[in-house]
Parts: sequence; structure tokens; C-alpha cells
Amino acid sequence: MSDTRAIALTVNGQPRQATVETRLTLVDLLREELRLTGTHVGCEHGVCGACTVLVDGEAVRGCLLLAVQADGRRVETVESLAPDPTHLNPLQAELVRHHGVQCGFCIGGILMSLTAMLRDTPRPSEAEIRETLAGHLCRCTGYQGMVDAVLALAAAR
Amino acid sequence: MIASASRTPEGGYIGAPIPRREDARLLTGRGTFVDDLSMPGVAHAAMVRSPHAHARVGRIDTAAALALPGVLAVVTAADIADIDKPWPARMPSPVPGTRLRHGARHTLPRDKVRHAGEVVAAVVAESRALAEDACDLVRVEYEPLPAVASAAAALAPGAPRVYEELGDNVAVHIVQRVGNPERALATAPHTLRETVRVMRGGGHSMEGRGVVARYDETLGSFTVWDATQQPHAVRTMLAYLFDLPEHQVRVIAPPDVGGGLGPKASVYPEEPLVCWLARHLRRPVKWIEDRHEHFVSAAQEREQVHEVEIAFDGEGRLLALRDVFTHDVGMYGALVAPVITACTVPGPYRIPNIYSEVRAVYTNLQPSGAVRGAGRPQGVLVMERMMDRMAEALGLDPAEVRARNLIPADAFPYEVGMWFRDGARLTYDSGNYPELLRRALERADYAQARREQAALRAQGRHRGIGVAICVEGVGLGPFEGAILRLDGRGRVVVTSGAPPQGQGYQTAFAQIAADAVGVRFEDVDVVTGDTGAIPYGIGSFASRVTANAGPAILQAGGALRDRILAVGAHLLEAAPADLEIVDGAVGVRGLPDRRVPLAQVARLGNGGTAFGMVMPGGLSVGLEASAYFTPSQAGYSASAHVCILDVDAETGEVTIVRYVVGHDCGNVINPLLVEGQILGGVAHGLSNALYEEAIFDEQGQSLASSFLDYPLPSAREMPRVEMFHLTTPSPLNPLGVKGAGEAGTLPVTAAVAGAVEDALRPLGVRVNRMPLNPGRVGDLIHAAAGSR
Amino acid sequence: MKPPPFRYADPATLEEALDLLARDGADGKVLAGGQSLMPLLNFRLARPAHVIDVNRLATLAAIAPAADGGLRLGALARQRALERSALVRDRCPLLAQALAFVGHPQIRARGTLGGSLAHADPAAELPAAMVALEARLTLRRAGGERTVAAEDFFVGLLTTALAHDELLTEIALPPWPARTGAGVREVAKRHGDFALGGVAATLTLDAQGRVARARLVGFGVGPVPMRLADAERSLVGGAPTPTTFAEAGRLASAAVDPADDIHASAAYRARLAGVLTTRALTDALASASGRAA
Repeated sequence: MSDTRAIALTVNGQPRQATVETRLTLVDLLREELRLTGTHVGCEHGVCGACTVLVDGEAVRGCLLLAVQADGRRVETVESLAPDPTHLNPLQAELVRHHGVQCGFCIGGILMSLTAMLRDTPRPSEAEIRETLAGHLCRCTGYQGMVDAVLALAAAR
Repeated sequence: MIASASRTPEGGYIGAPIPRREDARLLTGRGTFVDDLSMPGVAHAAMVRSPHAHARVGRIDTAAALALPGVLAVVTAADIADIDKPWPARMPSPVPGTRLRHGARHTLPRDKVRHAGEVVAAVVAESRALAEDACDLVRVEYEPLPAVASAAAALAPGAPRVYEELGDNVAVHIVQRVGNPERALATAPHTLRETVRVMRGGGHSMEGRGVVARYDETLGSFTVWDATQQPHAVRTMLAYLFDLPEHQVRVIAPPDVGGGLGPKASVYPEEPLVCWLARHLRRPVKWIEDRHEHFVSAAQEREQVHEVEIAFDGEGRLLALRDVFTHDVGMYGALVAPVITACTVPGPYRIPNIYSEVRAVYTNLQPSGAVRGAGRPQGVLVMERMMDRMAEALGLDPAEVRARNLIPADAFPYEVGMWFRDGARLTYDSGNYPELLRRALERADYAQARREQAALRAQGRHRGIGVAICVEGVGLGPFEGAILRLDGRGRVVVTSGAPPQGQGYQTAFAQIAADAVGVRFEDVDVVTGDTGAIPYGIGSFASRVTANAGPAILQAGGALRDRILAVGAHLLEAAPADLEIVDGAVGVRGLPDRRVPLAQVARLGNGGTAFGMVMPGGLSVGLEASAYFTPSQAGYSASAHVCILDVDAETGEVTIVRYVVGHDCGNVINPLLVEGQILGGVAHGLSNALYEEAIFDEQGQSLASSFLDYPLPSAREMPRVEMFHLTTPSPLNPLGVKGAGEAGTLPVTAAVAGAVEDALRPLGVRVNRMPLNPGRVGDLIHAAAGSR
Repeated sequence: MKPPPFRYADPATLEEALDLLARDGADGKVLAGGQSLMPLLNFRLARPAHVIDVNRLATLAAIAPAADGGLRLGALARQRALERSALVRDRCPLLAQALAFVGHPQIRARGTLGGSLAHADPAAELPAAMVALEARLTLRRAGGERTVAAEDFFVGLLTTALAHDELLTEIALPPWPARTGAGVREVAKRHGDFALGGVAATLTLDAQGRVARARLVGFGVGPVPMRLADAERSLVGGAPTPTTFAEAGRLASAAVDPADDIHASAAYRARLAGVLTTRALTDALASASGRAA
């Protein structure tokens, strides 16, 4: 039988607690227990990137981390980027302007990877943007709108 | 392209690159996909799937699974006998005189399984993990049978039959003839032949399939949330299986569906199963497809093998085309793709004599349906390969040879001479193929590119240029509907049946409705994909929605406007002809003080006056109008691509240097959205050209059933795509629109294949198979060297 | 898919971890970065009764200089940390180059050096780099430890010398010789994917500019990283020229015995080994020339 553990972590700045099966993944904790459904599950083997969240500031796969491994850690999800849909942050606003989103399933994870990258590299080159996006799959857009959005953001800084 | 929130210079919304309203919620993690729905009390289903491609099913022992704490139900075919009716044929053959031979299919197999991954039993538990634990404990007695895992194997004499009752594995055999192809081929000055194999793959939308069903025992009705492209078809199937009136089965596509791409436009066993389980347990039941399940059970397009021959004269003019091909249908499927392929091969060229023969063949593989492109990329690849070979044989430039054969701009409507998948004659509505090709070549600096190629060749580098031009059937009927009404808030609500999976209908439909009714874009709401909100609909596939739903919205919008003005006229005591709708109110033109807000118009029009008891004389009640638009036939978009690439002859790696797309989809509602669709299609096409490949062994086992073995391109693999538009409006609908959802995909494999063969022509390489990954290219180069 | 049930332990000390391995290692798996193990668990391709999470063992994550001028890398060092380390860039150019091919930044954020080595995928870059560097691996168990040369660590397909009760704790890299350059070349279907074939190369020149030493290791060309010994020998004592590099490539191609699979034919992989040997040597020469004694 699967054992359970009590964990305490910070999610989007808020302290959260849960008692979870040790086999529960971080992304399932976020979605099922904490009802933060902006992060999605696309493949469960670490390739598609839809589950990407920030843990202690680093973009990582939520499907390849156990929830118990996030005990004591600081997790950020897409819901932390803007207070509500009428107040988009500059990255989100550029994605709207450049039509970087279609079905929206992949974009939460992509936003987190880009957010981490932009913290380190505020004015990335196209190659650097594509390198960060290389860890994500999108079947809708061909990525060009996303790349252009980040380039526009960088140019405005 | 950058979004702009203003209207067009003419003052309308149609044609403006308005940013999407969908984006804000998606970007802030507030989308609602099927797995996001809050459903208190929901139980989770998991499926027991056959590991064998072909096997008799004997005893199924569920005792251990049922005994696991947290498990609520384990069901097999015997348990669901009350809904165990044979599934109706998916789609009869559209070509007169031919018939789809249909094997019996049931929700759960009774006697044998016919593909690895087929559902054999379903488990429901308190969590998905527990349900999977229980699946591990279900013991199924299988008696494996020999399997057929390709059309060739299935057609071989003595091959095991997928459906015994059919006698053989041919699902349909369709021959079409135009002119006298036999004579033309026999007497032509030149002929060329080739065998082209095309293996496509899965849809792999980032969100897989998913269903949540709720049964209300008091009302005897189902509410089903389904990430489907066709809620009405699902509703109809469920109503049939459960013997319920249609209004007691409500199927709703959630507000957000994470991509469709074709596989979500089929009906699957999981849908009735989840409904049955919800009714059985009296709890909502949810099933979410995981990626592995998508690999082994969602519809795909797989292999076609074409034996193609063309006849031509010394000037490179086509005299005849002969295309004989097989298509792998899987164990169940529609005829969509193979019929479309047959009709796509002739493309934008004048071909007086055509012989087309297709055998769609049942195999022990998962059902084949349609994946973005739906059979067209295969047809384009076949024709464009032959155009390149003809150019080579005659020493002509490949672009020039194409230009010589294009249907001229004054030849429309143009009858090809074949039957299309909609049961109508294949007739191109409008287009300007010569101009499209000319501009694509100009945009790609074609002449300069050839000069550069020569210079690079002199240095021993392998630069190639591929050109592909194609026609795409879009805007398929039979219809799509729209109901427009003015609600109590004074907002226009547009309801249409076809749901979006990222196409931006909430934006595009609002643009059309706003122009049709004459209100502001911000004052329009859009509701889609709910069989309870609109009784009839077909669905989002085949690049059909804008050309069907668009005109319906336009028509209903015009009728709604008339009703609004009639009520406004009563309130303002003026003639409707003197009224206008501006800034959310109906007013008398030229008299800014004589205005009534739309909300007030709605109160009267929808509710009457004097406590709702009295309607002013002569006014019709209900500010609502509906329209169902039926196109007389499919429309035809066109694309021309130019691909410039380098091949590393030592490693087989292909690097795209430049990619130009020219596209004509008729009039455009929102150019931002169209561009996005094209770019997405090009990415999918490049994936088929260079990366993904569905591979099965001879026993019908998938050998590439995770993204680790099945690569999809990321932003790092994608080149920057340059795009331009040409517009030849369609005469088939008042908006003049065609379709754009799949267009980007169609010519890519052809353009890339042509470019790689062009690059490696000095080495004698022949390309007739995709994808062109490094191993395949390397082996082609090596084989060509060996045979020189 | 969701993981099957398992007993989970996250020991706080190395001693605790080793005791757990002694008791449960036979039907247990060590969880480090998780980038290889978690997919196996999610797909239920691995069903260990026990999962021993070693991520709390911070002492195993160190990236430290060795007294002899080399490096001492903790098994738990994250690939991303190694990638960003000036010490690694300085003291081990081959490792720095190899890391660029490993997955994507999101994978490298969690993936560890030790995890990649213990998983021993035949097409992975880090195992081949360790063999080329002649790394020495420390394996510890409750009550003992041993050191194994990298070459002896990779025993077969996805199989290492690790016993069930052993944990890989440290990787020692020798000092980087003077006048030595590095090159890593691979072909993959997509950047970051496992290689269809690859070669990790180091080249050391003597004071006259002739080849004093060469190390060539192929990956994706057999069940384990393969020392291309004939090719190495052909270079030593000679001039580093396109001709000698081409000959080394031919020898490399002849030496490997790869498998056919759905991704590439054996013949292609064998040819590729040769091409990439030549190219990696060219890269190594260029970077050797840039490094003074």
C-alpha cells in the first residue's frame, strides 16, 4: 500500500499544507488538492513541459517531482503571474499582442519557463528564447508568436 | 503579425486583427479544460486495455480488482449488455456505386479484441491511481491470434481477417476515372512511375481526450462534458446506445479544449462507458486520457502506399495521372482520409485523364480517422514528387513545370471530374494558382536562391530548393447553425454548435456577429459546443467552421438586427429605416437625444410591457434569430510553399535555411488567427516531414509510444516562417471565406521532400518516403553511392 | 499514468541511506533527480517496493576542487549547477561541452550527474564523458566503499557495477592536462534528445604539436560507452591533421557494433561514429590550441 505524509510548502506566496500519498506527483498535488488547475498534465514523462512550475525559482517538471519532495519548498505556478485576467503582466500582454496562444494547454508551463529565464536574462536573443522553449511542446502555434512576444518584451526593456 | 484592437479602415470588425478574448483567462491559468471542471463526488475511471493486437477474449476475472479498497466498479462487456448495440457505420462511401463494408463493433468487445490498446474492461475508483492499481489486478484470458499490421499484410492471400463476417479485409474499394486514362498512358510521349510511401501519425494535441459524465436519476438524463470536436455526434451516439431521446443527453465541450487536430472528432468506447458507469454508480465519473493511451488508442493516420504514374508531353504538360493506393483504416474507421487523398492528388493542375483507385484496408491497429490535413498531405506529396521528377526528366525548372500545368485564373468554377468526400462533384470554387506560385517564388527570391545553390554546390555543399503548390478542400457541409439573441443585459449572445479547440471562435464569431447586428464587438458573447443550447450541429474539423458557422451567424445577425430595430422603432416612435445602433443603444439617426439602451429594447422584445402581459400590437416576441447555413459544396483554399534547406551529407541532418508560405483562404475574418493556424499547420507538416513517425511491428505493437521515441519539433527545431496572403473570395457563401485550419500542413512534406532530393541530386538520391530523419537520409545517401 | 504504490523514505544522512539500501535495495530504487526514474514509475515500467529519495543528502551535491588540480563532484550535483560552475568550465571543458547536449534546461534543473551515470542509458552523454575523462567513481555501502574506474562502471545495457546495496557518492576527475582540448559531437533527432550516435573526445598535444594522447568514446553505438581504442592509438605520436583524423574516423567506424532500431540503422550508426570522431577531433584540436601549458 502507498504510504502517506504530511507536507508543508509555500505555493504562490501562501503557506499550504496537505497530507498526501507519497506517490502523488507535485503537479497532481497542485491540481487536485490545491485546485490550481492552470498547470496541466500532458505526458507524464517530462517531455511536453505543460506541467512546468518553478520550485525555489527554477523551472522544473511537476510530473517528475513527488509532492513530498516539495516539502519546505517555494513553488510558483502560472496563477502567480497576474492578480486577475484584467491585469496581465508584460509577458502575458505581449503574448496576446503576438497571438502566442491558441488552445492554451501548454502556455502555463511555458510562462513559467520564460519567467525564470527572464529573471536571469532580461534581454534574451532569439536563440536563447528558442533554447528555453525547446523544453516545451506546442501542437497549435508553431511557436513563432511566442518567440516574437518575448523579443518584443526584451526590446521594450 | 501584431494584434490591433481597432476596426478595419472601412469601420467593420471582419478583417481586423483583433486580439483574442480567450487569451486572458488562458494566460492566467483560469482556463477550464475537462480535467479542470469542479465536480464534487467525482469518481475516476481507468481502462484495462488489450496488450494484444488480435486475440480472442475469454474469461475476465475482476474479483481481485473489486476487492481493492477504494474501487467502486469493474465492468466488462457482460455488465453493459443493456447498451450493447452494434455501432452504426461511421460514414458511408461518398462515391456512388461504392459501399463501406462495415464490421460489427460494440462498445466493449464481446468475442475478440482487434487492436493493442482496445478497451476490454473499465475500472472506477476514488482516485485515478487506485483505479490503475485495480486495472493491474484484472485478469483477462486472451488467446492471441495472428495479426495484420499493415495494409499489405491485410491484403495478402490467406491473411487473418479483422472481421470474419466480411470475408476479407477490404473496407472499401473505390475507382474513379476521368477521360480515358488507359489510352492516354499508352500513347503518351513520356511516362514516369514511382512508389510513394507515407506514414503519418497521431494528432497529439497537448490535451488528450477526456470525458466527465453525470447522470440525474430523477430526470433520467445525462450531462456529459467531453473534450470533443463534435458534441452533437457524440450526443446522437449516446442517445442511440442508451435508447434515450436526444434532449435527455446533453453533451458539452468544456469552455477550453486543448487542441483537437482530428482524433477528437471520432466517437470512442470510453464515452458511453463513462456514462454507463455514472448511471450505475449514481456519481459523476471522469476519465482523462493519458499520453500513453493517446498513443495506443486515439485515432491516427497511418500508412498509404501509392503506385503513381504520370504521362506528359515534351513541354512538361500533364496528359494523364494514374494513382493506385492502399490506406490502412485500422480496426474501425471513417473513409474520410482515403477519399480525400484520392481527390487531392490532382491538385491545382489541369489533368485531362485521371485514374484513381484506392483500397482502404482493415488492420489490427487502432482506428484511423483524420489528423490535421486528413489525407491531403499524402495526396500533395504524391503529385508534387511526380512534378519534380517530370521536371528532372525534361531538364526543366520544377517551378516552371508546375506553372505550365496550373489551372488558369479564369477557369473557375473548375470541375476536376471526380466525386469528393461530401458526395458532391469535385469542383474548385475560386483561386488564382499562377499568381500564388509566382508570388511565392518572388518572395523566396527563387532566382537568387538557385544561383546561391550553384555556388554552394561548387563548394561541395548540399543546398536544396523545394516548391509545392496545392489545393485544399475546405468548408465542408452539410451545415452549421447559429442562434443569435439579445439578452436582458442588452448583449448579443451567439450560440453555435461547433466547439473550438484553440481556433479563437469567441473572437472570430463575435467579429462576424458584431458586424451583422451592428453592435460593438465588446457587447457580444459567444457560446459554443453545447447540444443543450443549440439542437443541431456537425463539429469542428475539416477546416469547415468559418465557412459554415460564419454565414449562419451573418444571416441570423441580420435577422436579429431587423427585430431589434422593429422594437426600437416602437420605443422611439420612428421608422426602422431612420434608426441606427451605436454605443449599445438604438437611436434615431441625427437626433442624439432619441436613444434607448439595448437592455431596454430587450426588456420589451423578450418580455413585453405592463407586467409582461401585453405585447404592443404588431411586434413579434423574442429578440432571437437562428440560421443554418448549408454550402452547396466544399470550397477550395490553396497554398504554395518554398523550402530552402541544407543537407549534411555525412550525418544526414537537414537544416532549413528559409521557409516561405503563400496562402489563399478567401476572405479573412481575423488575419491574426489565420496566420496562427497556418503557422501551426506548418509546424505539424514539418513534424511529418522530418520528425514523427508512427511505427508498429508485424504483431501490431506500437514501437514508438512515448515522446521519447516519437519526436515532435520544439521552437528550437522550427524555422522562422515567412508568410503572405492572396485572396480569391469564395462564391459559396456571403462572407467569401474558405478555410484555414489545416492548410499549413498540406504541402510541407512535399516541399521538404523536393528540397532534400534537390539537394542530393548530385549524389543520385531518390526521396519517396518520410520522415526524413538523419538515419533515413544517411541511408539514402549511402545506398545511392553504392548503386552508382 | 500514475505510479504504483511504494514505500517512500528520504533519509537525512548518508549512513541512514546506506542502511536503507542494505535492507531494501534489492527491491528498491534510488530517487535522485527523478528525470529517468519518474517516467518509469509514471508508466509503471518500474514497480519498486521501496523508493529511497537521496535528495536530502546535501553533502553529496558538492562541486569541489581536488587537491591534485582535478575535480571532486558529488553524485547529487545537479546538471544545471555543473553547467553554471566556473570550476567545471575551467577544469573540465569536456564535461562543460557534454552538458549542453543533455536534455533541456528544465530537465537539467533536477537531473544529477550520479543519476545519469547510474541509469546508464547507452545514448547518454555523461557516461561517455566520464569514460573519456577516466573518472573514478566512489561506490559506498553500509560498512564499506570501493572505487571503480568509469570504464568498468558501465557493464551492460542500462546496467552498472552498482550492487543493490550500493550508492554512487562521488566522481573524481583527474586534472586537465596542459595543451588539451575537448570536443563533443552528436546527432539526435531533436536537440536534447538521446543521441543516434555521439563521440566525446579529448586531444593532448606535446610541445612539438604532435598528439601525445587521445581519448575517444562513442555513445549510442553500443550497449555501453565505447572506448575507440584503435582510433586513439592511430593518432598518438602523429600530427593532428585532417588525414589522421579521417583515418581515426575510419577506425572508429569499423570498431563499433551498434544495433538497428526504429530510430536508425546499425550501418548508419557505424558510419556516424566515424564522421563524429573526425569532427570531435577537429573541435578538440581547435580548443587544445587555445590552451597554453
